[in-house]
Amino acid sequence: MAEGNKVTLHGAWPSPYYHRVKMALKVKGIAYEYVEEDLMNKSPTLLKHNPVHKKIPVLVHNGKPICESLVILEYIDETWKDGPKLLPQDPYKRAQIRFWVNFLHEQVFEALYSIIKTDGETQEKALQGLHEKLQVLEEGLKKFFPDCSKPVVSENVGMLEIVVTSILGNYKAQQDVLGLKVIDSEKTPLVFSWVAALVDLPAVKETLPPYEQYVPFLNFMRQTFLKPPTA
Amino acid sequence: MTEVKLHGTWASPFSFRVVWALKLKGIPYDYVEEDIPYNKSKLLLQHNPVHKKIPVLVHGGKPICESMIIVEYIDETWPSNPLLPSDPYERAQARFWINYANDKGAAIWRLFRSRGDEQEKFIEECLEMLRIVEEQALGDKKFFGGDEIGIVDIAFGDIAHWLGVIEETVGVKLLGANEFPRLHAWTNTFKEAPVIRQNLPDRHDMLVLFKGIRARWFGYSSSSGRSD
Repeated sequence: MAEGNKVTLHGAWPSPYYHRVKMALKVKGIAYEYVEEDLMNKSPTLLKHNPVHKKIPVLVHNGKPICESLVILEYIDETWKDGPKLLPQDPYKRAQIRFWVNFLHEQVFEALYSIIKTDGETQEKALQGLHEKLQVLEEGLKKFFPDCSKPVVSENVGMLEIVVTSILGNYKAQQDVLGLKVIDSEKTPLVFSWVAALVDLPAVKETLPPYEQYVPFLNFMRQTFLKPPTA
Repeated sequence: MTEVKLHGTWASPFSFRVVWALKLKGIPYDYVEEDIPYNKSKLLLQHNPVHKKIPVLVHGGKPICESMIIVEYIDETWPSNPLLPSDPYERAQARFWINYANDKGAAIWRLFRSRGDEQEKFIEECLEMLRIVEEQALGDKKFFGGDEIGIVDIAFGDIAHWLGVIEETVGVKLLGANEFPRLHAWTNTFKEAPVIRQNLPDRHDMLVLFKGIRARWFGYSSSSGRSD
């Protein structure tokens, strides 16, 4: 690591986008200062560093801000070249990873979020939608990443593993709060066993919020969304 | 030489992002015009089973999908005339604006698909997007990439050539030379670059196509979708 490398991360503890960067920094062994942002009262520093979106996470490296979780992950991989690689070297494999990261980020995340925000028939439909997306992921994993069958170890935690655990890593808490199967081990056995193995790795376990902290937060978020709008 | 094949459509800005990347680097390729959405080729569906969309680049029989992922793949596989800067921080800035183009930049298409009261919301969204793109992404530079066309210019290509057609079809003026002098100037500079100028869909043909699409959706004889 270079001398005079100052790294600050602005985040918010429940945010899956923040978890991605936290995990990447941990995997790479990068020391940093953490700033917890109150999303109802964002710091002037955050607003200065991310004037376009005004969102977390923001990584600040030697005074220069980088925004958007996936952009930050690629920046980290290109800047700290020692330690595990978050993306492979081969351009075709990189394109595959970026494709599936995009799919998770845009489609799976939205589908999961829909289940949390809804109930009744709407939720049932949303759950079906999520399972369909996970089935697409299952097929993709079989075709493009036959290596998924290899043991899941810390050295193999890259961008894809970071993104999938940031979205699906809290599945146990989500299942307990919502009373339904987020990942169905019968419909998507590969996705299920992969995520279940990943969440046991220290890098993942130490990054995601503990179950006892996350459950009340999820309950609160759900109640907020399900509250009827005030007249 | 390993074969390069592009599945695209003649009027799609996403298809052209890949065309520009290939042309800027002088990469020879075969082109397959797809009949979207009614008659997609078996090969397209095989190569992009997840999204079933164009563009798809096939290199040595292996498919790559999603336009900007394809462009990055091209940049990494054929490194001459680089489209991304070499410095990691500048690369992060470029990637930020690629994301912005894909997400907020798509406001022009949300406008194209809307009508009536809904349009006002999308007009506001477009104007806000254009303002941010001009002030924060472009600034006083000749191109988003600096002195040369770069990956961000390619990402914002639809603003240069497709937005004008959307404006005419919908019946609104968004990117005025007075309101957005720098961005407006960029649309001309970008389209005058030889590689881009030689690789743009015919404007009149696009106008006919877009008007026809809106007439089919909204069933108006005047396809602007606004009640007069």
